[in-house]
Amino acid sequence: MKPAPFQYVAALSVEDAIALLSKYGSDAKLIAGGQSLVPMMNFRLARPEWLIDINRISGLAGIAQKNGALRIGSLTRYSELEASEAVQRSVPLLGLMLPHIAHKAIRNRGTIGGSICHADPAAEMPVAMLALDATFELRGPTGTRRIAADDFFIGQMTTGIEAEEILIAIEIPEIKNSEKHGFSEFARRRGDFALASAAAVLRFNGERISDHVRIAVGGLSERAERARAAEALLAGKAPTAALIEEAAKAAAAEVKAGSDLHATEAYRRSLIATQVKQALAVAVDHTSSTGAKK
Amino acid sequence: MSELKQHDVSLTVNGKAETISVAPRASLADALRDTLGLTGTHIGCEHGVCGACTVLLDGKPVRSCLLFAVQAEGAVITTIEGIGDAQSPHPLQRAFNECHGLHCGFCTPGMIVTLSAFLKEHPQPTSDDVREAISGNLCMCTGYQNIVRSALRAAELIEGAKS
Repeated sequence: MKPAPFQYVAALSVEDAIALLSKYGSDAKLIAGGQSLVPMMNFRLARPEWLIDINRISGLAGIAQKNGALRIGSLTRYSELEASEAVQRSVPLLGLMLPHIAHKAIRNRGTIGGSICHADPAAEMPVAMLALDATFELRGPTGTRRIAADDFFIGQMTTGIEAEEILIAIEIPEIKNSEKHGFSEFARRRGDFALASAAAVLRFNGERISDHVRIAVGGLSERAERARAAEALLAGKAPTAALIEEAAKAAAAEVKAGSDLHATEAYRRSLIATQVKQALAVAVDHTSSTGAKK
Repeated sequence: MSELKQHDVSLTVNGKAETISVAPRASLADALRDTLGLTGTHIGCEHGVCGACTVLLDGKPVRSCLLFAVQAEGAVITTIEGIGDAQSPHPLQRAFNECHGLHCGFCTPGMIVTLSAFLKEHPQPTSDDVREAISGNLCMCTGYQNIVRSALRAAELIEGAKS
């Protein structure tokens, strides 16, 4: 199907994009990689009157290491993240998660910022951002502000970004020596959206898990969310198989899950228990790579 | 809505400089087929799932149904016509012929464009590597066996041509 007619304008700078957003308001939509927006336009689920292309803005893509964090420009494409040694070394969770996002041709075009702002409940990126405690830098007509991933994802394709704001960069703390990451996902076909996905970031005090435990899940309901009861269960304890099992059950019980034509609620809860368990197993024992590839 | 504006877009397609006039909503796939007459690029699902419309954008495979032609200003595009032709086929085209990888032929241009970039990065792939590489290209004839065989054969042909 073809999209409804629209007008096109390429922004040449961030200021330009913000001015255009201010001018056209809710009639306009930013386009980055377009790998989610264009399908929605072709299905006529989205009908923007103006498309503001941000692909020509220089300086919006790129990966830099700064003060113990990775600063990733919002226009950085998945394939650039995959190819980045800094990303693979400093944020192993992204390395585990990226191969699950669609296929190479999509990853060559799709951007980290686009996925975050689109906030598809079954997408992988919001799940990773919650587990990694990422911070988003937004710019609008009144200046720059920062917002934590925890406060950003509000509902189905709904985020804390204002209509006249643009996501500039994503800041992710670099992995510490005592920190372990895991990811696991179930999808019906390779590259499909997740029916259930889980990401885990654990910091250790010696043999025990510290208070820094972040587990996030996706694919279940209207948005990615933290599994806080499971996190609380793990904090301060040694990660035995029994404890991991218990945490996975707690996550499956606490998260929001719904039924639709893809899966029933009961099936989703069963899936998420398995995904949380596998993500934790990957984090605890990095040699078992259940989360890396299917 | 006010009157829709046509846009002039200058791009390089299969090594040739082109300037086309397109409506904003025209996909690159439509522009290649309808404006430039390059009908080797096939349009299947128009939402990025089937891979039939895959072209190389600055050397990398992308879905031409998910890119508006107006966004391709200054881009270097390679379509299946630029990969090789009947007179001088690409090793992949020879291999698809030899190993019966075509079937109905609808998915073939996307398969070959995708694999052309993949084999550059992975000159000696395993069968599993090939399956992963074409996981985003759907064949409705369910003919993946011969497609995988064709890709592995092409890798041999490319390797053989080097020595």
